[in-house]
Amino acid sequence: MTPLLEAKGVSKYFGDFRALQDVSIAVNADEFVAVVGPNGAGKTTLVNLLTGLLSPSTGQVFFKGANIAGVGPIVLAKRGMARTFQLVQIFPQLTVAETIAAAVVSQQQKQWRLFSALSADLALHERVREIAGIFGLSGRLQNVARMLSQGEKKLLDVASAFALNPEVILLDEPTSGVSTTEKHVLMQTLIGAAKAAGVRAIILVEHDMDLVASYSQRIVALAEGKVLADLPPGPFFSDPHIIATVVGKRKSH
Amino acid sequence: MPGRAQLLGVAVGVVALALVPVLAPPFYANLLVPFFAYAIALLGFNLLFGYTGLLSFGHAMYLGLGAYSAAIVAGVLGIRQFELVLVAAALAASLLALPIGFLCVRYTGIFFGMLTLAFGMLAHSFLFKFYHLTGGDSGMRVPRTRILGLPFDAYNKIELLAGPFYYYCLALLVVAGFTLWRIVHSPFGLHLRSLRDNPQKAEYLGVRVRQFRLAAYIISAAYGGIGGAILGFRIGLADPELVHWTHSGHLVFMTVLGGFNSFFGPIIGALALTLLQDQLQSITQYWRFVLGAMLAAIVIFFPRGLAGIATDFARLYKAPKQPQVAQ
Repeated sequence: MTPLLEAKGVSKYFGDFRALQDVSIAVNADEFVAVVGPNGAGKTTLVNLLTGLLSPSTGQVFFKGANIAGVGPIVLAKRGMARTFQLVQIFPQLTVAETIAAAVVSQQQKQWRLFSALSADLALHERVREIAGIFGLSGRLQNVARMLSQGEKKLLDVASAFALNPEVILLDEPTSGVSTTEKHVLMQTLIGAAKAAGVRAIILVEHDMDLVASYSQRIVALAEGKVLADLPPGPFFSDPHIIATVVGKRKSH
Repeated sequence: MPGRAQLLGVAVGVVALALVPVLAPPFYANLLVPFFAYAIALLGFNLLFGYTGLLSFGHAMYLGLGAYSAAIVAGVLGIRQFELVLVAAALAASLLALPIGFLCVRYTGIFFGMLTLAFGMLAHSFLFKFYHLTGGDSGMRVPRTRILGLPFDAYNKIELLAGPFYYYCLALLVVAGFTLWRIVHSPFGLHLRSLRDNPQKAEYLGVRVRQFRLAAYIISAAYGGIGGAILGFRIGLADPELVHWTHSGHLVFMTVLGGFNSFFGPIIGALALTLLQDQLQSITQYWRFVLGAMLAAIVIFFPRGLAGIATDFARLYKAPKQPQVAQ
């Protein structure tokens, strides 16, 4: 079976700096894979390669069997890949409903309808309400995004990504800036939404080892641009060397 | 659909404008013809500026092109039908906007602004220097044309402008405004606003950022061409000053004065500046000084322009008294 998303021997250089060196990972359908590693390990570069934003210096990236090196986010959004960002990305002047609708318009291929009234599109509004409901934003539909609380902005960012109806979703530290108690609530919302939306694979980039241990089926650890480990949680957390490299450099809480 | 208050405002505005030739001396109707030209051009200009987030400093190029199209179609080719002049102006502007827009929309912010300014300057010197083609600084004559197939031979030029042509332009503004309203409130318009707010996020939501910027640029150019054809018809001349970068600045001024955050802002700005300029010119030769000071004051104190001030007043008036919270 071909993996849904696969990086084969990718390296990425920025000048002399080797951000990633000969990295291979594969994500199959119905998998929840976590990518961990200390700061500077190359996590963000890997995400940017997997989402077609960057082209690898060497190696190839495949999504559903097609090479996606550098095709860019627009094409990938259409083919079924979505991502969220570590720093919340919103449209400050758009309402919650409009933000989600922007993604639904893409997904339903309605973007070239120059003269049809957005407000009269019932199918679109139905979908917007449905997505907003999943993320608890139903009461906020007419609020402008910049007026939302930080947590709501985060939910909106993720909700709009889910509105694309993606097969694969890449979550780049979705719980950064969220309080410890709310982290699990948010993760459960995300996983519930992913199931409801028919998402086939989730890739989670995360610092919080507690979350990684709780939700992922497989953990890929990066260190200095290389794959240090690619293991299920059991063996991963029982290997002291890996833990020392990935977690040890971080201050204990 | 527009709100009830907006519809009422539009209705009052259209009726008031329709009454000008009836109630006021022809001088005023004649004065307002350029207002219609600018209002149409600025509707398009603001699709690019207010809704797509791209501020062009070379947009007068398309107004000029509209006027020159009128001179060529009606004058050189002798096709004296204003409807065909309008189609030619919009087409010519769109065709020129395709390659120029293709180059410009690869940049945003100040780089986009400078690049459009540069193309505007190129267009100006082309019109100025290619004397045998464009008439150089004396420009090209725009003859009278039929309107809706009617010659209006009984009217002299002033009567034509202050009568039939005035109403023709009013109708054009209504049609142009309605069309742009549809565009702004369509799925296409939503994607424009999303890429204005956050192009990176928009790309990840599948918004074709560059294509849509280009589409907005072309639509705004077509509106500019139509506005320019009206200006050319009124003056009876297409000359290089229409393309000069100060004229582009004039467009920016009107849009900011009216308020680029509002759909109707540019129309209000065009009306305000047309009337203001006329009044100031009759009062003082230092009218440019007064206009400059006003622009500065608007940007500093009322960044949302006249439309913003109007909305604030409407809200103040409409706001219900806050009920006391029962303890």
